[in-house]
Amino acid sequence: MASHETYYVPSQSKWPIIATLGMLISVFGVGTWFNDMSAERPDSHGPLIFFIGGLFLAYMLFGWFGSVIKESRGGLYSPQMDRSFRWGMSWFIFSEVMFFAAFFGALFYVRNLAGPWLGGEGAKGVANMLWPNFQFSWPLLHTPDPKLFPPPSGVIDPWHLPLINTILLVSSSFTVTFAHHALKKDKRGALKAWLALTVVLGVAFLFLQAYEYYEAYNHLGLTLGSGIYGATFFMLTGFHGAHVTMGALILFVMLMRIMKGHFNPEKHFGFEAASWYWHFVDVVWLGLFIFVYVL
Amino acid sequence: MSAVIDHGHAGHDHHHGPAKGLMRWVLTTNHKDIGTMYLWFSFAMFLLGGSFAMVIRAELFQPGLQIVQPEFFNQMTTMHGLIMVFGAVMPAFVGLANWMVPLMIGAPDMALPRMNNFSFWLLPAAFALLVSTLFMPGGGPNFGWTFYAPLSTTYAPESVTFFIFAIHLMGVSSIMGAINVIATILNLRAPGMTLMKMPLFVWTWLITAFLLIAVMPVLAGVVTMMLMDIHFGTSFFSAAGGGDPVLFQHVFWFFGHPEVYIMILPAFGAVSSIIPAFARKPLFGYTSMVYATASIAFLSFIVWAHHMFTVGIPLTGELFFMYATMLIAVPTGVKVFNWASTMWQGSMTFETPMLFAVAFVILFTIGGFSGLMLAIAPADFQYHDTYFVVAHFHYVLVPGAIFGIFASAYFWLPKWTGHMYDETLGKLHFWMSFIGMNMAFFPMHFVGLAGMPRRIPDYNLMFANFNMISSIGAFMFGATQLLFLFIVIKCIRGGKPAPAKPWDGADGLEWTIPSPAPYHTFSTPPEVK
Repeated sequence: MASHETYYVPSQSKWPIIATLGMLISVFGVGTWFNDMSAERPDSHGPLIFFIGGLFLAYMLFGWFGSVIKESRGGLYSPQMDRSFRWGMSWFIFSEVMFFAAFFGALFYVRNLAGPWLGGEGAKGVANMLWPNFQFSWPLLHTPDPKLFPPPSGVIDPWHLPLINTILLVSSSFTVTFAHHALKKDKRGALKAWLALTVVLGVAFLFLQAYEYYEAYNHLGLTLGSGIYGATFFMLTGFHGAHVTMGALILFVMLMRIMKGHFNPEKHFGFEAASWYWHFVDVVWLGLFIFVYVL
Repeated sequence: MSAVIDHGHAGHDHHHGPAKGLMRWVLTTNHKDIGTMYLWFSFAMFLLGGSFAMVIRAELFQPGLQIVQPEFFNQMTTMHGLIMVFGAVMPAFVGLANWMVPLMIGAPDMALPRMNNFSFWLLPAAFALLVSTLFMPGGGPNFGWTFYAPLSTTYAPESVTFFIFAIHLMGVSSIMGAINVIATILNLRAPGMTLMKMPLFVWTWLITAFLLIAVMPVLAGVVTMMLMDIHFGTSFFSAAGGGDPVLFQHVFWFFGHPEVYIMILPAFGAVSSIIPAFARKPLFGYTSMVYATASIAFLSFIVWAHHMFTVGIPLTGELFFMYATMLIAVPTGVKVFNWASTMWQGSMTFETPMLFAVAFVILFTIGGFSGLMLAIAPADFQYHDTYFVVAHFHYVLVPGAIFGIFASAYFWLPKWTGHMYDETLGKLHFWMSFIGMNMAFFPMHFVGLAGMPRRIPDYNLMFANFNMISSIGAFMFGATQLLFLFIVIKCIRGGKPAPAKPWDGADGLEWTIPSPAPYHTFSTPPEVK
């Protein structure tokens, strides 16, 4: 544990306070925007405030990551520092798992407990007194109050677009691993090719997902407001899509860094963290495919 | 460490002292600076949340409506709870962790110092946003700190949107803070500091950090569902669309129950350092303490629905959650037994930290027992949403979490400031707090059992006497905290110089460095045998 003596403690940094301001301004902007939207007040300042906060955050991301990359390439990070980053990234991914767990939990609860009760089955079937004609089925093609929550006419068939998307995303988990192996063997050409292919697969996934949303909204009447099926469907797939977007961006940044000659076969945790994140996004998708689409 | 790149202060040597002026605090990456800021922020929030409690107790001084309108009263109960939980107790423990964990394990700083600064500064931003809702049209959040749907969705004031984002900011801050603590403990221990040699405060924080990372995202999930229900027409909490308002309670309490352990486990750890110091005996049953803490953390994930016995859950659920909850009494009992055994036949002295620690053990146990009563599902139908519940959780939070924090503050103030605090005033603070808090909260058991509902600005005449006693006790407890502020400032400004180890029974690496602790400590890790 000789590495203790060189643990890098950075001196003062302006990035955290800029990040804080950026986040505060952004959420204030979003909140104003949403409130004005729901109250139907025209000319909201929300989007502008949100945009300003976003500028702060973009500046911070470039600056903060820039400093970390410079320090890393300057040789300031010991193996012990590397382990701190690894723990940090692992626990961050665990926190993301728990975020998705909340939405999966909501889905399971509605499907297995609350929904059947509302339909008159099970221990709390007395709930059916609220809407005596309501029958529960999944996918929920009849909502208890169709005026408030108009139900969808159908749902997405798992064996078309979602199956293709599954193949795309699972393949991309393989390609990013091939890229990692190429990096460890210092084959820069193969590394660039596999990583670029991973990003392309990710973007293709996002395009198909967007097309699926378009179909859902325009041809199936499956929307956020179409009852609990639509709510869980869009929140789960939507947050997953947001994470794919993030993951693809991160991998793209890694590709740019590799183009500039960053990383070597021994030290490349930035790349590894990105690939961990990508695998996590992939595993979440498998959960979605099974529990949201197929079952 | 000569090659510091691009931080505006290039060329600073690693062993420099603190920077000058305000920007020292804004830009700092030093765990001691950040710990200090957390502690001051938490104290400020303690006074703010406390002043809201004073409004509540003033209104309840007599039956009838005297001082505030019911709508404002609801905002006060909501904000009091939110500020005390997220603004006072949690940041105080993070502050203690920042200060003490690196000193206790022989680390040069926290593992990720810049992220540490970010975690702190998000809190003032989050609470500025939260408190600003009080001044928004329609008023601030008025649905209780547990913000049950549909009160917090369909019937909420517009400011709920900002409340949701404030919770998001607090969540981001807590998760980053917890990741930092875990990475520090797992990766920055001095050579020889094995896991089973760590002080219990470090152990309890390791487990607390795990709980935080596991449940703060779930809280983020539930407020996101609220946001979507309010603004985008989803029906998570609306049965008309196939959702369920009870879903809110399940997701919330899946976060909420581990959350109550997040607020008490670090206090367990601190008290486990303080009692041995003043009993001049090693902690009894160290290993069992570690396993008890881990068991409590595990059980905290499978007891959440004991908050929901009356909402309509199946009988199997009532039974499962009742028995699982009662199981928690076993590891907690192990802890109380160990603290008592540590004191047994010790050469005890009762300086202020010890007074708070002993009161902690006794009064927290009372709160634990009333918790056991509440865990009995059939009995809970009588207690639910009465002042008995209020009495219960104030007994675990005030003499539990907050006395734990006071005990820690007095215990480590000499290390932080380099001066001894005024012992006479410290004891006065303790006794005033002890008497005030018991006067405020003990009668709540009685009015609760007699049926007085919580979160109500007016009440039946038969509860008048006990409520007046509660209010007098609360005013006394509240006013006494200004004395604490005075004691701390006095201690910072001067006093008897503190030796490196001011408590002769104390043990641990933090007492091997001078008092006040130098700006940078353990840049070279110590050897732990």
